[in-house]
Amino acid sequence: MSSGTIIFLILVVGVTVMGFLASGWGKANLQQFDEWALGGRRFGTLVSWFLLGGDLYTAYTFIAVPALVYGAGALGFFAVPYATIAYPVVFVVLARFWTVAKKRGYITSADFVRDRYGDRALEVAIAITGVIAALPYIALQLIGMKTVFSQIGGAFGAGGGFVALGVAFVVLAAYTYTSGLRAPAMIAFVKDALIYITVIAAIVVVPAALGGWGHVFSSVQTALAARPAAPGAAPAGILLSPGMYFAYATMAFGSCLSLFIYPHSITSLLAAKSKFVIQRNAALLPAYSLLLGFLALLGFCAIAAGIATKDPNAIVPLLFAKYFPDWFAGVANAAIVIGALVPAAIMAIGAANLLASNVFEEFSAQRPPGETRVAKLLTLAVCACALIFVVELPVQYAITLQLLGGAWMLQIFPAFALGLYTRWFHPSALLLGWAAGMLTGSGMAYSTFLTSTPHKFGSVFPLQLGSLKLIGFIALYALIANLAVAVLATLAFGAAKASKGTDGTTAQDYAV
Amino acid sequence: MKRRAWYWLLIAPFVATLWPPFYNHADPALFGMPFFYWYQLLWVVLTSLLLGFVLLMTRERTDV
Repeated sequence: MSSGTIIFLILVVGVTVMGFLASGWGKANLQQFDEWALGGRRFGTLVSWFLLGGDLYTAYTFIAVPALVYGAGALGFFAVPYATIAYPVVFVVLARFWTVAKKRGYITSADFVRDRYGDRALEVAIAITGVIAALPYIALQLIGMKTVFSQIGGAFGAGGGFVALGVAFVVLAAYTYTSGLRAPAMIAFVKDALIYITVIAAIVVVPAALGGWGHVFSSVQTALAARPAAPGAAPAGILLSPGMYFAYATMAFGSCLSLFIYPHSITSLLAAKSKFVIQRNAALLPAYSLLLGFLALLGFCAIAAGIATKDPNAIVPLLFAKYFPDWFAGVANAAIVIGALVPAAIMAIGAANLLASNVFEEFSAQRPPGETRVAKLLTLAVCACALIFVVELPVQYAITLQLLGGAWMLQIFPAFALGLYTRWFHPSALLLGWAAGMLTGSGMAYSTFLTSTPHKFGSVFPLQLGSLKLIGFIALYALIANLAVAVLATLAFGAAKASKGTDGTTAQDYAV
Repeated sequence: MKRRAWYWLLIAPFVATLWPPFYNHADPALFGMPFFYWYQLLWVVLTSLLLGFVLLMTRERTDV
């Protein structure tokens, strides 16, 4: 066994033990829904920082963002403004959500929607959207782990990495079942420490080995200019082509609106002990975004280093293999696997909460007995679904569904985020808007599939407005359709004097 | 409630980062990095500082 494999094993086994020990953290009654699913809403600034960082900046993010820059050039850098402007949204909107959630005892976003609008159909629509968006996300984390297992080889590589993945899955499901959110919260410390160590090492060592950033960028410019452009697509470069300005801005803006309405973000945010903890973290979490920014530039380093691969997702592991000793590659591999376990656990908990609280049951301020047990069992089911997903379907399906999931997720924005500020919308109008947004988003994505060669789902759509062609983010176009329908239908319901349903919240619930 | 007026400052990062023509240049470069890149990385830091400032101006004495 190589030194890298030994270090990898020690780290992974270590965090597994931590995951099980986490059930004893704070001596809580884990039969209570709050305690199991949200760690009792008691996490302070430091724990929340690690938990949110470990949750939002997943192993997949750290692999996919450099891959995007490697393939698309400057356009791929949109992740950086996205990860910047998401924080003012957290500071203002999600802090408000935390306040009302604490007062009314919400575990999920759909709990709030049910309470606010008194509409069962809307509650189920919001919950199902979250679950569908979470599943491919979990699958991608598992795929990230599998990639590492098969690269390490030996016993880990058996059956293309699936055997090791099966073991990792059982462990993940077991400690999530017993410890709830406390498990990923505890492991997140190790995960983030490893990620910081490896990424900082990479952004110091790799550009220096390549002769500095100036040299990296000039060789990338030459390499990208020589690269044959895909038919119909703008050529990749180190700067944006003017035709892609709108795409860049809408991708950053649309993504920043949807990031914090994913079930795993909501779960981590609600676990904070106060609104102040969330706002303080909004100011501190950009540290991860800075890391992400430099990591994105590793995509350029890979081009400058002459790394040529058919699978852009392999460039980060390939850079590590090329520039670091074997034992350090072991640390990096452990960072990826543990970095996948943390968000996968939180996503499974978030999805299970939605199913338990809003699909199988209906939200009520008095939590029905046995709900925790149902949620715990559902976590196992969600993990199993994700595993089946990975084993049965090609990787491209998970990537495509995650892309579509982003467009779908944003469609709960009017009911959820706008609902925190106004009760003007009619619940049925919001449901119609949601349906319109889902259809628009899926339709536009499907049309990018039909018009591309080879067929592939894209995230941007060329909208023809008279003589003007606007290439923009599909999720945001879908949100505009959603809002237009919701506004018009609300006006129509108002004209028909239809009842708006009951609102369980009062203005007092949103106040500090 | 008047303190909430500070929240309007948070529009700045949106304006600064969502108008690419403003920063889509190679020059001036910093440590060999084109303006496009270091400008956006700089806004990560500025946004963090801005949020810290707004928090300072709006926090209640009871916040923990």
